[in-house]
Amino acid sequence: MSLDELKIGGMGASRRRVEDNRFIRGKGNYVDDIVLPGMLHMEILRSPVAHARIKSIDTSAAWDMPGVRLVLTGEMMAARNLAWMPTLSYDTQAVLATDKVRFQGQEVAAVIADDPYIAKDACAKIVVDYEILPVIVNPVQAAAPDAVLIRDDKEGQKDNKVFDWEIGDKAKTDKAFEEADVISKLELHYPRTHPSPIECCGSLADFDRATNKLTVYMTSQAPHIVRAAVALVAELPEQNIRIVSPDIGGGFGNKVPVYPGYVISILASILTERPVKWIEDKTGNLISTGFGRDVYLKGEMAMRKDGKILAFRMNTISDHGAFFADAQPSKFKIGLMHSTFAAYDIPNAHLFATGYYTNKAPGGVAYRCSFRVTEAMFFQERMVQAAADDCGIDQAEFRRINFVKDDQFPHRTAFGFLTDSGQYGKCLDIGLEAIGYKNFAAEKAEAAKRGRLLGIGISTMTEPLGAGNSREYDILGIKMFDSAELRVHMTGKAILRTGAKTQGQGHETTWAQIVAHELGIPADDIIVEEGDTDTAPFGMGTYASRSTPVAGAAVAMVARKIRAKARKIAAHLLEVSEEDIEWELGRFYVRSNHDRGVTIQECAMAAYSNMPDGMEPGLENNAYYDPPNLTWPFACYIAKVEIDPETGVWDVLQFVAVDDCGVRINPMIVEGQIMGGLTEAYAMANMQYQTYDEDGNCIGSNYMDFLLPTAWETPGYELYEVVTPCPHHPIGAKGVGECATVAGPAAFVNAVVNAVSHTGVRNIDMPLMPNRVYEALTTGKDVYGMPPVRSGN
Amino acid sequence: MSSLFEEVQTQPNADIPVRRVTINVNGEDRSANIEPRLLLADLLRQGLKLTGTHKGCDTTSCGACTVLFDGRPVKSCTMLAVQADGHNVQTVEGLATPSELHPIQEGFKQEHGLQCGFCTPGMMLAAKALLERNPNPTEDDVRWALSGNLCRCTGYQNIVKAVLWAADKMRAESI
Repeated sequence: MSLDELKIGGMGASRRRVEDNRFIRGKGNYVDDIVLPGMLHMEILRSPVAHARIKSIDTSAAWDMPGVRLVLTGEMMAARNLAWMPTLSYDTQAVLATDKVRFQGQEVAAVIADDPYIAKDACAKIVVDYEILPVIVNPVQAAAPDAVLIRDDKEGQKDNKVFDWEIGDKAKTDKAFEEADVISKLELHYPRTHPSPIECCGSLADFDRATNKLTVYMTSQAPHIVRAAVALVAELPEQNIRIVSPDIGGGFGNKVPVYPGYVISILASILTERPVKWIEDKTGNLISTGFGRDVYLKGEMAMRKDGKILAFRMNTISDHGAFFADAQPSKFKIGLMHSTFAAYDIPNAHLFATGYYTNKAPGGVAYRCSFRVTEAMFFQERMVQAAADDCGIDQAEFRRINFVKDDQFPHRTAFGFLTDSGQYGKCLDIGLEAIGYKNFAAEKAEAAKRGRLLGIGISTMTEPLGAGNSREYDILGIKMFDSAELRVHMTGKAILRTGAKTQGQGHETTWAQIVAHELGIPADDIIVEEGDTDTAPFGMGTYASRSTPVAGAAVAMVARKIRAKARKIAAHLLEVSEEDIEWELGRFYVRSNHDRGVTIQECAMAAYSNMPDGMEPGLENNAYYDPPNLTWPFACYIAKVEIDPETGVWDVLQFVAVDDCGVRINPMIVEGQIMGGLTEAYAMANMQYQTYDEDGNCIGSNYMDFLLPTAWETPGYELYEVVTPCPHHPIGAKGVGECATVAGPAAFVNAVVNAVSHTGVRNIDMPLMPNRVYEALTTGKDVYGMPPVRSGN
Repeated sequence: MSSLFEEVQTQPNADIPVRRVTINVNGEDRSANIEPRLLLADLLRQGLKLTGTHKGCDTTSCGACTVLFDGRPVKSCTMLAVQADGHNVQTVEGLATPSELHPIQEGFKQEHGLQCGFCTPGMMLAAKALLERNPNPTEDDVRWALSGNLCRCTGYQNIVKAVLWAADKMRAESI
C-alpha cells in the first residue's frame, strides 16, 4: 500500500519542528554557549568619534592589568598584513584602524584577557589621541565639491562616490514620457535600519599550532564563504580551516558579512595559541555591523488616461557608510533594485543609481530581502498608489489594469528579468474580499462620525528570490549554486547535509520533509546537519530567501539520485528488469503485480548486503544545484488603519496577507515566516530606524533608542494562501522568508497616507511616528527625510 | 582561570574582593565565591553552565536573559549575582522534569512559538509567571505580560497562541 505522505511528515505536513526539542529545554548551542579549555576572552575598543586621524594609541596601562594576555592595535595587524580585509563588494574595510577612524564604532584595538570583565576593564585603559576631522553623514554632504575625502586610503579615489550604475533604455523611456497623458512623481527616503537579531555576532577561534588547524565557531549565515575568505586572507591552507556555524540566534542578513571581530579573534588565537572568544554587545552590533536600506529614491511614472502604465524612470542615491560592504551579487552595484515593478506589465524603464561613502557604519546588507529588493518594492508600491490617485482610478483597479496577467507568463520585464508564474489578480481578489474593500467607504464615513480617520493600504509585488543562476549571480566570483548530500544507512534511516545554514527557518524539519516526499522515508528517520564546513558540502549559505529555491532543490535532486540507484536494487531484488518497476511513495513494485514490491528501506539494506553484481555498494550521493532562473513569489498585503487626528497615533484595525510562494513544504513554518516578516515590516514603518547627528553619533545604538515592537504593539495578521507552483523548481517551491518584510512596509504606509490624503499629503517617510503623522495632518504637507535629531546642548 | 567564576583558580588575585553566596537554582542550593560585580546572568551561564539563559542586549531591554527570581520574572543581565544570595532562581533548565515537558514548553512547540530559539527561554519564563498569577488570561493579558521580551522571528502571534495553549492545558490538568 502506498504511504500517507502527511503521516510520514512529507510535503504539506505542518510537522512540528525537530529543533524545538533542544530550544525549549534551553539546550540550544549558540556560539556563546561553547566553552573550550583554556579559552580567553576578547573585547573590542571602538571609536567614539565618526571621523578622525589617530595620532597615537597608548596601550601600556592595558598591558599592565593582571589577566591581560594580549592587546592588539592596527599597527600590529598591519605588520601581519591584516589591517585591512576585502569586503563582499570588492572594496576594502579596516580590521583595526591604522591611519584614521571613519565611522563611530569602528574597531580601534582589542584586548584578550582571562575573562570578559578584565578585557572590558582593560579596553577602558587604552588611551587614543584623535584629531577630529569634518564629518559627512549623508550623500548630499558627501557629494559637495568641497567635501572631505573619506577614503583617502584608496588609490585613485578622488571623491566620495562609490559607484554610478544604470540600466534600461533611456531614450525609449523618455519618448514614452512625451506621449503620456498623466505623469506622476514621487520622492522618498527609505531610512537606515538594522536587522538586529537578538543574538549579536560572535566567534570562538581555536588555532592548534601542533596540527596547524584553525577551527572557528561563529555566527555566520554562510560558513563556506567564510572558509574561502579566511583561506585567502590568513594564508592558511583551506583544508586546515574549519568554520562551524552552531545555532544562530537570528540572522536576517546581519550575519552574512565577515566582520573585523571574527578576524581579530582568529589572529588572537594564532598569537596566543589559546582559544579566543569574542562576543559582541548590542551597541557594538547596532553601530558597526551590516545595516539595511538608507536609500533616497526618486521616480516618475508615465500613464495613459485609462491608467495603463507606459514607462517609469527612477533615480536612487544610496548611503553605504565608510566602506562599501554590501553583501550582494558582484555584477550589480545596487543589488536587484531593478526588479522594481516586476509584477506590472511596463514596456519601458530606466534606472540610474549612485552610491556614496559617508562617515557611518558600513553595510547595506540584504536585511531580510534579496539585495535591495525591499527598497525597490517599497518605492514601487508607494509610486503605484500615487499614480492611481493622480489618474483618479481606484488603487486596486489601477493594479489590476497593470498586472502581468496569468496568460502572459513567461514575462520579460523592461530590465530583463524573466518572471515565470503567478496569479496576481486572484491574490488581490482574495485580499480585497477578506478586508471588506467594498464596504470600506461606508466604514470610513462611520469612523469619521467618531472623529477618526480610516485608511486602507495595498501592497502587491513579486520579488526575485533564490539567487541565483550562476551565469548572472556570484559573490566574489563564487557562483551562487547550492548543495546537498544524502546518506541512507542500511536500516533505511538517513543523514542529510546541505550547504545552507538555518537561523530559525527550520531546515532540520523541512529538509527531511523533502526527502520524505521523494523517497518515502519518514521524516523522523532523517537527521539534518548544516553549518560545519568539515562535513557539509560547499554551499553559499542562507540569505535572500535562497535556501528553499536553491539548497531545497538540491535536496530533492539528491533524493532522486538515491531513488534512481534504489530502483536498480529493487529490480535486482524483484528479479525483473528495471523498466518493469514502478514507484509509489516509499516502495517499488512490479508493474504487472502491485503486491510484489520492495520498500525503500529494503533497498537500503540490500545496498549494503545484497547489491547486484557490479554495482558500487552503499546508498549515498550528493547534488549541486544551479537554478535555471530566479523564483518569483507573489504577495498581496492589505492594511486597514485608524488614525486619531488629535495625536497622530495610528492603529492597525485589520491586516490581510495573501501569499503565493508556490508549493508549501511545511505550511506551519511558512506562516511563521510570514508573520515574522510582517512584524519587521510593521517595525520599519513605525519605529525601527537609525539616524545620525551632525557629528556622526549613531542614534539608535541600543534597544532604548532603537525601538522594536513588542507583543503589545504588534498587530494580528490574517493569512491566506494561493499556490502557483514554480515551473522550474523540482518541487515547485518559490521561497518565502522575506516577502513579508519586502512588501509589508508599503501596506502600512499606503494605509496611513490614504487616511490623510484629503489634506493633499502624498507622502510621509518612514518611520511613521505619531508626531510625523500629526505634522502631515495639520500642515497638509509631505514629511520627508529622517526625524530630526535633538542636539544635546 | 579568573576569580569571577567558581572554578579552579591558578592565580587568585588578592586585590579583587570576593564574596561567598548561596543561591537556590532550580531547586538546588549552589554556592560560589564571586566578585561583587558579577552579573547574575554570567554566574548562571558561565559559573553554573546553565546556558539556556541568553544574553541579548545587556540593558534590560530584550528579555532573553529573563529568569524567575522568587517566582517573579527578572532580567538577569542587569542584576548582580550577590543580590540573589539566599534567594530562589529558576531558569529554563528547571522547567521540564527528566520525563516530562512543562505545558508551556509543549505549547511553544505545538503552536510554533519559536524560530531561532534565542528569546524562547525568557519568553517561557515570563509566561510561567503570568500563568501562575492568572491561570485564565485573555490574549491581551498575554501580550501585556510578554511586552518586556523581544522576539525578532515570530511576530509574537504564535507565542501568544502557545501561552494560551499552555493555559488551557494547565487548567485542564488542575481540575
